Amino acid sequence: MSGTFTPAPGAAPLTVMVRAQAAMETRLLLRNGEQVLLAVIIPLLVLVGGIVAAGRFDLIGTSRPVDLLTPGVLALAVMSTSFTSLAIATGFERRYGVLKRLGASPLPRSGLLAGKVGALLVVEALQVVVIGGTALLLGWDPVLSAASLSGALVTVLAGTAAFASLGLLLAGALRAEATLAAANLVYLLLMAGGAVVLPLESYGGAGDLLALLPSAALGEGLRTALLDGAFPAGQLLVLAAWAVLGTVATTRTFKWE
Amino acid sequence: MVDDLRMTYGETAAVDGLSLAVPRGSVTAVLGPNGAGKTTTLETCEGYRRAQSGSVRVLGLDPHARRRELLPRIGVMLQTGGAWSGVHAVEMLRHVAALHAHPQDVDMLVERLGLGSCGRTPYRRLSGGQQQRLGLAMAVVGRPELVFVDEPTAGMDPQARRATWELLEELRADGVTVVLTTHYMDEAERLADLVHVIDHGRLVTSGTPYELTRGTGQSTIRLVVTEPFPPEAPASLQRTLGPDADVRAVNAQSLLITGPADATTLAKVSAWCEEHGVLPESLSLGQRTLEDVFLQLTGRELVP
Repeated sequence: MSGTFTPAPGAAPLTVMVRAQAAMETRLLLRNGEQVLLAVIIPLLVLVGGIVAAGRFDLIGTSRPVDLLTPGVLALAVMSTSFTSLAIATGFERRYGVLKRLGASPLPRSGLLAGKVGALLVVEALQVVVIGGTALLLGWDPVLSAASLSGALVTVLAGTAAFASLGLLLAGALRAEATLAAANLVYLLLMAGGAVVLPLESYGGAGDLLALLPSAALGEGLRTALLDGAFPAGQLLVLAAWAVLGTVATTRTFKWE
Repeated sequence: MVDDLRMTYGETAAVDGLSLAVPRGSVTAVLGPNGAGKTTTLETCEGYRRAQSGSVRVLGLDPHARRRELLPRIGVMLQTGGAWSGVHAVEMLRHVAALHAHPQDVDMLVERLGLGSCGRTPYRRLSGGQQQRLGLAMAVVGRPELVFVDEPTAGMDPQARRATWELLEELRADGVTVVLTTHYMDEAERLADLVHVIDHGRLVTSGTPYELTRGTGQSTIRLVVTEPFPPEAPASLQRTLGPDADVRAVNAQSLLITGPADATTLAKVSAWCEEHGVLPESLSLGQRTLEDVFLQLTGRELVP
């Protein structure tokens, strides 16, 4: 018997499933206009606006504005994707039963997570190309050494892990609309007061405390690498701690439906 | 397949000692009103929920403990949702297909279920019927051995409903086991080899549609009247008709009589109406349907 629907069940190989999931999530992230605004337009505005403002008011000491601001703007872009975009997308996946439906597919939860991480890294790579390219056109001159490049790369990965775990924590606990509001609010607060774009020194006495925030660790980490040419070991510790904390909390509280 | 399953949420028992079996290669309908425990039972079989007591085996596997083994072999159609809000229908179907080793021809499914017309409309703007058809396509695209479909035709127009029924019949013909929940009687009567009627989380009766409706050789008479009956009317009519017939109140103005639908019974019913000053609005005679079976067994109508 071999009709059209004769059973031939089976899961695709895990790598194929993860690739399909990552490609799908990347497409959906890029399709959403607000996400693109968040991911590219706002960081670019911050970069250009910051350079213009710094030129007029002589805000920031000795470094050239573009060298000082670009690492922080890259950090902001990583935060927007791995935290805000991921939280909002996952919140609506819960709402629309996507997580439930994929939970009945051959794709295991670990594969789903890997797919999401893959999509984040693809989007972040695109962000680095667009924002870094623009910065280079504006005269950005980063320190290029083994320590600075590996430091920057590891910082981006650790920052992604930390913020993604926090984004999933939010998305797995709140309703989709509440996630949307909270993820945007936290993003704005961290952008203004979280030492992402502006270095810790510019926050005066509060800097010591702010240094423990994942936003400051990500921003300072990239500045340490690309501006000072050093390996940002301390910031990586802070990001790793947040990633562990966020992951433990998420696995305990995440609701799939 | 399901043995003495109990699922309790707070104070309410959603499923209360339910036992039922699904023969391989059959279409089995789980029929019951909203809140009867159909979806809870289905989701336990799909491994979403762990059986609180009793046992469940699907294709010989514990669906919760051995979920990873089971999932590639089954297809699931959820009652609602299941796709990204911004995704296009065909794109979503291709994605689910990519998760399987030997997926069905996506273009064929798109054509069969009329999904081509969805075009580039995001999922959230598709009609309910289109979303249902996509859900069905996603359930069968992995060439499963067993599909669970939860209320597959709720909200579909008649044409989509027929296309869905034909697809489910073809699945059975090709050796796929189909478990469907429904509260549509015509759907169960048309599709199912076996019907399990459940209510309040318990099995009320099981059988083929034929056994449940005509196996007894009984027919039904529906009496609808213009003014509400006096409260003692069912009992009074029951006495008039004797033990061969079964009289049930459907609502204040309608009675269902199950039994021999012959001229004598009809004459007795008319005489009873005259004697009690009841004005019949309609007196209809028919084959016993699953709807009647449900009413008779539970004293409630399936779709209120």
